[in-house]
Amino acid sequence: MSSKNWDSPQMVQGSANRWSRVIIYGLLIFFAAFYLMPLVVMLLTSFKPLSEVYAGNILKLPAHWTTASWVKAWGEACVGLSCDGIKGYFWNSIKMVVSAVGVSTFVGAMNGYILTKWRFKGDNLLFGLILFGCFIPFQIVLIPMAAFLGKAGLASSTSGLVFVHVVYGLCFTTLYFRNYYIAFPDELVKAAMIDGARFFRIFFRILLPCSGPIITVTVIWQFTNIWNDFLFGASFTTGDTAPITVALNNIVNTSTGEREYNVHMAAAMIAALPTLLVYVVGGRYFVRGLMAGSVKG
Amino acid sequence: MSSLHIQQVRKSYGSTDILKGIDIGIDDGEFLVLVGPSGCGKSTLLSMIAGLDTVTSGDILIGNQRVNDLHPSKRDIAMVFQSYALYPNMSVAENIAFGMEMRKVPKAEREKAIQDVAKLLQMQHLLDRRPSQLSGGQRQRVAMGRALVRHPQIFLFDEPLSNLDAKLRVDMRTEIKKLHQRLKATIVYVTHDQIEAMTLATKIAVMRNGELQQLGSPSEVYNKPANTFVASFIGSPSMNLIPGRLVPHGDGLALEIEHNTTEGLQIPLPPQPDSVTAYVGKEIIAGLRPEAIGNGNLQKHELTRQVQADLVVTEPTGPDTLAILKLGGFEVTARLEADATYPAGHRGLFTVDLTKLVMFDSQTEQRIA
Repeated sequence: MSSKNWDSPQMVQGSANRWSRVIIYGLLIFFAAFYLMPLVVMLLTSFKPLSEVYAGNILKLPAHWTTASWVKAWGEACVGLSCDGIKGYFWNSIKMVVSAVGVSTFVGAMNGYILTKWRFKGDNLLFGLILFGCFIPFQIVLIPMAAFLGKAGLASSTSGLVFVHVVYGLCFTTLYFRNYYIAFPDELVKAAMIDGARFFRIFFRILLPCSGPIITVTVIWQFTNIWNDFLFGASFTTGDTAPITVALNNIVNTSTGEREYNVHMAAAMIAALPTLLVYVVGGRYFVRGLMAGSVKG
Repeated sequence: MSSLHIQQVRKSYGSTDILKGIDIGIDDGEFLVLVGPSGCGKSTLLSMIAGLDTVTSGDILIGNQRVNDLHPSKRDIAMVFQSYALYPNMSVAENIAFGMEMRKVPKAEREKAIQDVAKLLQMQHLLDRRPSQLSGGQRQRVAMGRALVRHPQIFLFDEPLSNLDAKLRVDMRTEIKKLHQRLKATIVYVTHDQIEAMTLATKIAVMRNGELQQLGSPSEVYNKPANTFVASFIGSPSMNLIPGRLVPHGDGLALEIEHNTTEGLQIPLPPQPDSVTAYVGKEIIAGLRPEAIGNGNLQKHELTRQVQADLVVTEPTGPDTLAILKLGGFEVTARLEADATYPAGHRGLFTVDLTKLVMFDSQTEQRIA
């Protein structure tokens, strides 16, 4: 859909058009600046020596650019009692997010496949119930989940946290894949059946290779949610097993000595980078995938 | 290649009967066309032959084997779908080879089979393309190739031409017919287009509301339709169905056509079998194909009659001119000589060929034979 279609002929010329352009761009620039301001402040602060941070103007460019606070945040900052930086927690988060995203996306795709191509009695009811899971607030499940993880021997471990995120993410991933596969032609599945492919072959050879856009959407969605999660991380892990969001909180909340805002900002930037990266790489597909199926091509 | 027998096959979803006891048998090498309006159950029947749908009761036999409980891939069939159902993530060659790959055919053999089929359908240059890079006709060709490469007992076609434009459809129709002649394959073909049915089939099964109306060769179905539904469904323009009455006329019978607004018309009939004479004095429905009503283009012989009619409107088609006539008060379609001008409202004598006359019971709408 090109934006050209939206312009009515009389709007193309005339000064009314110019003024509306000025207003539109003015507003856009204002809001962009509004949203980007915190990021700018964070970046500037993280590259300043501490003395400059305390000197005042947060919007001032650093007089002496330094990456010392990034190095310190990564390897030396004190999280709780140990002073090894956030690198350990960063890897915790990576381990957690990769397994949780992988498992929940795969199982969601499988659910979507079954719910649309292997219909059974009560499948719509089941889907409705799964959908309902999307609306359960995190706080409700905290205590039952803690009890369950304790009994299952998964308390305070990355695997336990992965389990929680998979269970919670399944509702969303199932929703995404079901809605994507419902538009996938049944005749292809029938053709594959006649060709001799069975349940798993059809899934791996026919449906999954055609699922690029929705896999991207699901991965971005799950990655950002799981990476940014604080509540589950704080509730179900302790000490060394905590994800980076919890570690970041612990750095910032240390009450001893001078507050090292530049280190805090650098740590926050490090914690935010992976989601940014995922979005930059897959963002194009994200928008495309969200739109897919909404408008019949 | 193999025969196919469908015996008392029923299909119901809950209390809704989709198919109400279908019996069809075809021999090795026959081309069966299932034809009927949408919702008649023809596609469901095809799905059941393929094994994509379950049979509620009855048997389906391919060759001598009962296949009711066999997985689609074990029935030794190949199917061409309406949407072609080409795997979008695979090239044309991979599409054709997928079935063989599933059956674990060695790679060298697969390559050879792909080349053979590509040559047969003249699509060697398309093998590396994706389905999205093909035109409608090319996709159709690939779908056929995927079916051909299997050398199945039976080919199943589910409205394969309905997504093509008019000209291509006629070309592909000829291609399919040629292919059938060359391969001597057993084919079951579903369509709602009666012209496809007439041109392709060796046997036509006309269906309506889950019931088989008639099973016969194209000429049987065309010339001796079992009932008024078949009569009006097969043929374009469709058969004229004129309400009338059989009356005594001299030694024999005459067909009396009388509309309450105008004077009646009596057409003397040749000697009729007993089944027809039993209807003397009763209401019947007379069926006459448009080409059985004409003027100079119809040869006069002892079974033709001259009747008076009013010409309402003409539709020149090129080879001949279709005309709506008022015959005994009823509007009928006639096929007249081309290259003549017919003034509207013209009243004249037209020729009716009684060799092609069929009669139906006015109550049951079944043919009186």
